[in-house]
Formats: sequence, structure tokens, C-alpha cells
Amino acid sequence: MAKQSVSLSREFGKGLWAENPVLVSLLGLCPTLAVTNSAINGLAMGLATTFVVVSSGIIISSFRKLIPHQVRIAGYIVIIATFVTLADRYLAAFYPDISKALGPYVPLIVVNCIILGRQEAFASKHHPGRAALDALGMGVGFIAVLFVLGSIRELLGSGSILSFQVLGDWWTPWMVMILPPGAFLTLGLLIGLSNWINEKRATA
Amino acid sequence: MSTSAKMILVLAVITALAGAILSAWDGYTQPKIEQHRLEALQAAIADVLPAHDHYDEVQADDMTLYVGKNSANQPVGIAFRAVGSGFQGEIAMMVGVTPDFEQLTGLAILEQIETPGLGAKIQRDPSKPDDPNWFTQQFQGVRPNPEITVVKNQQPDQPNEIQAITGATISSRAVVQILNTSLEQAKQAYRTSKQQVS
Repeated sequence: MAKQSVSLSREFGKGLWAENPVLVSLLGLCPTLAVTNSAINGLAMGLATTFVVVSSGIIISSFRKLIPHQVRIAGYIVIIATFVTLADRYLAAFYPDISKALGPYVPLIVVNCIILGRQEAFASKHHPGRAALDALGMGVGFIAVLFVLGSIRELLGSGSILSFQVLGDWWTPWMVMILPPGAFLTLGLLIGLSNWINEKRATA
Repeated sequence: MSTSAKMILVLAVITALAGAILSAWDGYTQPKIEQHRLEALQAAIADVLPAHDHYDEVQADDMTLYVGKNSANQPVGIAFRAVGSGFQGEIAMMVGVTPDFEQLTGLAILEQIETPGLGAKIQRDPSKPDDPNWFTQQFQGVRPNPEITVVKNQQPDQPNEIQAITGATISSRAVVQILNTSLEQAKQAYRTSKQQVS
């Protein structure tokens, strides 16, 4: 059950760095690699995923004692899929351009392992307040990585960030950065960088 | 209550609630999504047809033709959606042509997933900021009879020729091929539709 020794700020903060879903757990890599060809796409995917992980976390943790153990995964998936569909339709109705750019990756949030993982590992064992903080921390950690990844790729691949031209005419865009190989290269370097920082900290 | 009865009950309640919430949300968002789809369609039709007063939607031979008409209700151009395979995936475009199918009035790429920097130039060429749509614009006025052909590394000098994008010959050819096939189908469909009326 809930360990009261863990402070609330730690519950939120662990998702940002120490247990970051992408950099440390390497979860949710499919959307991470697929949609981060621009900063805005990364941001939108991060926000949609955060909405889903937080709302389903609160619902699942509120009803955790009512859902029988044997059918919990089926129940979680229906709840998660409901929130994903809400988010998908919302984007299509109000942000058609982003919805078109993200394509099938919004419905695919259903199978993002960050979300089911947090329900199984955390929300189903803790109070709604803690579950919400935990989910929010994971979501913000996910947004941060997607945004940084998208910004780097957009900067090098198109010379802009959030569609604002940053680099001048002298810059020849590295097309590869907005293609799939650019996603793997940049993510690999980011994970390497985070590990290097952790190692530095441990020895310091 | 037995465990299995509880399992069935809980899952039934969850799915029923999910269904209710989603149908309410769908009722709210569907009209807006439909409106976006319609706006995009109308923008594409306006893009490829010459100046027209209104357009009629005509169904014939499994095709939808958008017949642009002037204020005297005479057809001035016909637009239709053409889809086919490109280098990586489907290319969808809106084609505009005169009612006698002798001259193209415009071409707009609606959807494509060609290689960015190469084939994607069929939609927008970022290396030519003054004229990013040069590829589709050259179709305006092209005569598709005989078949439209692609020329490489030279200026087109025939009324049925267009210039390929350097480094993206396959994508350029794909657009032309989709165009040639669909023009034939559209011509047939337009003939059918006129017979239906008369």
C-alpha cells in the first residue's frame, strides 16, 4: 500500500529524471521515434499522452478496490481507450492540422506501455492523489523528452523551431534528421547524454 | 456475489459507461470534424477549377465529379479526386480539367508521404521559397491528349509535357501516371453522367 515515507514532491519529480519513462525505462519509444520530426508534433503527442495517463490514473486508482484482480487489465484498457478516443476526437475537431500530422499515432496511445505500466505499477496500488502526481510527473517527463527531441530534429532538419526560422539561408538542412534515422540517432545521443550526466553525478 | 458474477458486472459497467461517454463526445465533435473535411475539400476544388459561380456534385461510375458552373449554369470545369501509388505510399490529388477534357485547369496534391526533400517536392518545394508550388503549377494549361509525359533535365516544349523534379523522377512520374489513368476514368464518368441526365 501507499508508502507515506515518500514525499509528494518526490512522487511527482521521479518521472522527470530519475525514473524518466523514455530516458531511463525506455518505454513509449514508438511515438517517441515516430512523431518527433518537429517540436510542435512532439509537444502535442506529449500533451495528449499526459492527459490520458493522468485521467486514467485517477479513475483507476479511485476504483482500484472495485475492479476484480482477474479482469483488471481488460478494465484498464477500456478506460485508457476511452480517454484516448476523447483526446483523438478533440484534436481532430479543434486542431485538424496537428491531428493530420500525428496520424495514427494518437489512437496508438492506447498501447503506449507508459500508460498501462503506470496503472499496473502505481495507480492500482495508491490513492488517487498520489496516482495523479505520479502520472503527471511521468507525463511531464515524457513531454520534455519529446519536445527536446522534436526541437533538435526540427532545428537540424528544417532550420526552425516551432516553425520559426532560426537558422538562416547559410544552413543546409540535414534531411536525415526529420526522417526515421534521425529519430534513432538523436534519441540514442540523448539517452547517452543522460547516462553520462548520471555517472558524473554518482562519482562526484 | 461470486467472483465471476462480479467480474462480468464490473466489466459491463465500465464498458457501458465508456460507450455512453464516447457517444456523447462523438455527437459534439463529429459536426466539427465533418466541417473541417468539407472546408478542405472546397478549398482544393476552388484551387484547381477556373473562376466559377458554384459547383455541383455528380456521382457516376463510382466516381464523384465536382462540376464547376458559371452563373448561367454552364459547366466551366470539372474537378475530381485522384488516388494512386507514389514512391512510398498513396498520393491523393485534386485535378481540375475543362469540360471537354482537352486542357488541365489545375492540380493540387492533397496527401502524400514521399521522401522529404526529394519526392515531397511534388507538394511543396522548400528549396524554391519564391515558387514552392512550381511542380503542380506547371500542370495548369497542359493538354492531356496525347498522354501527358515527363521530361528530364530540359524545358518542356510540347503542350503535353511537364518537367520532372530533379532526384525525384519516380514521384514525378507517379503523379503523371495517376493523372493519365484518372483523367480517362473521369472522362468516362462525365459522359455517363450526361447520359443519365438526358
